[in-house]
Amino acid sequence: MNAILTILIGSIFVNNFAMSRFYGICPFLGVSKKLETAFGMGMAVTFVMAVASLVAYLVNAFLLIPLGLEYLQTIAFILVIAVLVQIVEMAIKKMSPGLYQALGVYLPLITTNCAVLGVAQLNVTEGYNLILSVVNGVASALGYTLSICLFAGIRERLALNNMPKWMEGFTGAMITAGLMAVAFNGFSGLI
Amino acid sequence: MSMSAILIAALVMSVLGLLFGALLGVTGRVFKVPVNEKAEALRECLPGANCGACGFPGCDGYAAAVADGKAEVGACAVGGPACAAKMGEIMGVSVSASVRMVASVACQGYGDHCKPKADYQGMTDCVAASLVNNGTKACQYACLGLGTCERACPFDAIHIDPIKQIAVVDEEKCQACKKCVAACPQHVLSMRPAGRVVNVGCHNPEKGIALKEKCDRACIGCEACVKACNFGAIEMENGVPKIDYEKCVGCMACADACPTGAMEADFETRKEAYIDPSKCVGCTMCARQCKFDAIEGALKQPHKVLGACTGCGLCAAKCPKKAITMRDRRAPRNKLDKVKKAPAAASKPAAPAAAKPAAPVAPKATTENK
Repeated sequence: MNAILTILIGSIFVNNFAMSRFYGICPFLGVSKKLETAFGMGMAVTFVMAVASLVAYLVNAFLLIPLGLEYLQTIAFILVIAVLVQIVEMAIKKMSPGLYQALGVYLPLITTNCAVLGVAQLNVTEGYNLILSVVNGVASALGYTLSICLFAGIRERLALNNMPKWMEGFTGAMITAGLMAVAFNGFSGLI
Repeated sequence: MSMSAILIAALVMSVLGLLFGALLGVTGRVFKVPVNEKAEALRECLPGANCGACGFPGCDGYAAAVADGKAEVGACAVGGPACAAKMGEIMGVSVSASVRMVASVACQGYGDHCKPKADYQGMTDCVAASLVNNGTKACQYACLGLGTCERACPFDAIHIDPIKQIAVVDEEKCQACKKCVAACPQHVLSMRPAGRVVNVGCHNPEKGIALKEKCDRACIGCEACVKACNFGAIEMENGVPKIDYEKCVGCMACADACPTGAMEADFETRKEAYIDPSKCVGCTMCARQCKFDAIEGALKQPHKVLGACTGCGLCAAKCPKKAITMRDRRAPRNKLDKVKKAPAAASKPAAPAAAKPAAPVAPKATTENK
């Protein structure tokens, strides 16, 4: 229980995927122009990370380690994640066309997102068991969602304000992201 | 590294790959979504702007709905009649033409007309400004000119005029997607048919001359326009006039009658009728049609158009000899220059009309130089 709590606080705040580890910056910057789309992206990432952590752990524990093939972890995880995202996409398309339309473009984006591979690798490095791996996957994704939603909220307000010409648009966004990372640095040493 | 280790690694990855491939194949079969070919073809016809004006989520949504028979073919405002015709071909239905609509701004509170209540410092967004103390201008129904509509428009068809600081619609580019109408927090925008010369330029429902303190172009609800219209095209609705564009002929008599200038009309495009004396046989059909008493002439004598002509075009439509054409005006309309009726029979006696000397003509001249 203690371990689960530690992972939750750690992955959401202290080692935030976007703000501390700098994973998944591409969609972080690209999808954060509007709050609704940012939240949708966050939710998609959460689902994929949870299932990817689970399946990656199973493949690692029952196939790669017994056969001494730990060096194939990266390739195997990429394979797992790609297949997973495809299945999720197909399932969503069938079961909820509305949701598919809303997320449509973002699902393939998650496949190439280093955050998902990152969490799978992290679970191996930290030596988590099945439950802790899944918890870590979910917690990391929630932290990612938190940071992308915060960023989207700020960007929406920046877009409506009078900015100096040099700071308009993407420049202001990058500076904001940097300042947010500094702020999240305040959580370090918490656990 | 021994050969067997490499082989085992390759084998494991291949098996894994095959397994996952099979899994994907199975799930593909299980989660198969039937694709409608008609939907593909219909989607090709649509412009792809994804504006949502049709009421469906994007062009894909509309194409799918039409293919399923849940929607009519003519709903795409951006594609217009050409697109509707192509879609009709695919679906096997015939299409009828509809009137092209554009957005219009019901506010003339620019410059000195409607003064700001205070110096607004805040987000350059009309929604934000409208939440502050009933808006930032003296009239709470005014266009605030901060550009929310400009940002909402996907076709670059509405802009905030840099001098006037209110919204101006580019009728050429407007595709009637209605995004600006929804975005405006002051409800200043509404849809009307394109290419019309008269527009109601105020939507303040309050009445009374005191309203002029808020904006000197306000509609005070005097209903002079309703009475002035000879074609029954104007009715009051919610304290402001509403023009029935099917009846409006563009004579601008309502704008002439409006005491505050709330009724906007493009006086510079006002035409006048011209009777070709060589073709006119003096049948007096035109004079009988004219609701402005602007045609004079005796029976069997060539007729002449007087200064009171508003360019409504009724006479030209009725002339059996096609002797009347509409041409650009040589001088602003003079509503006193009309057929003089006998005082006993007249409902509009000439005396009170003559009591207002040059005044009716001068303001018209200045409004044309806006």
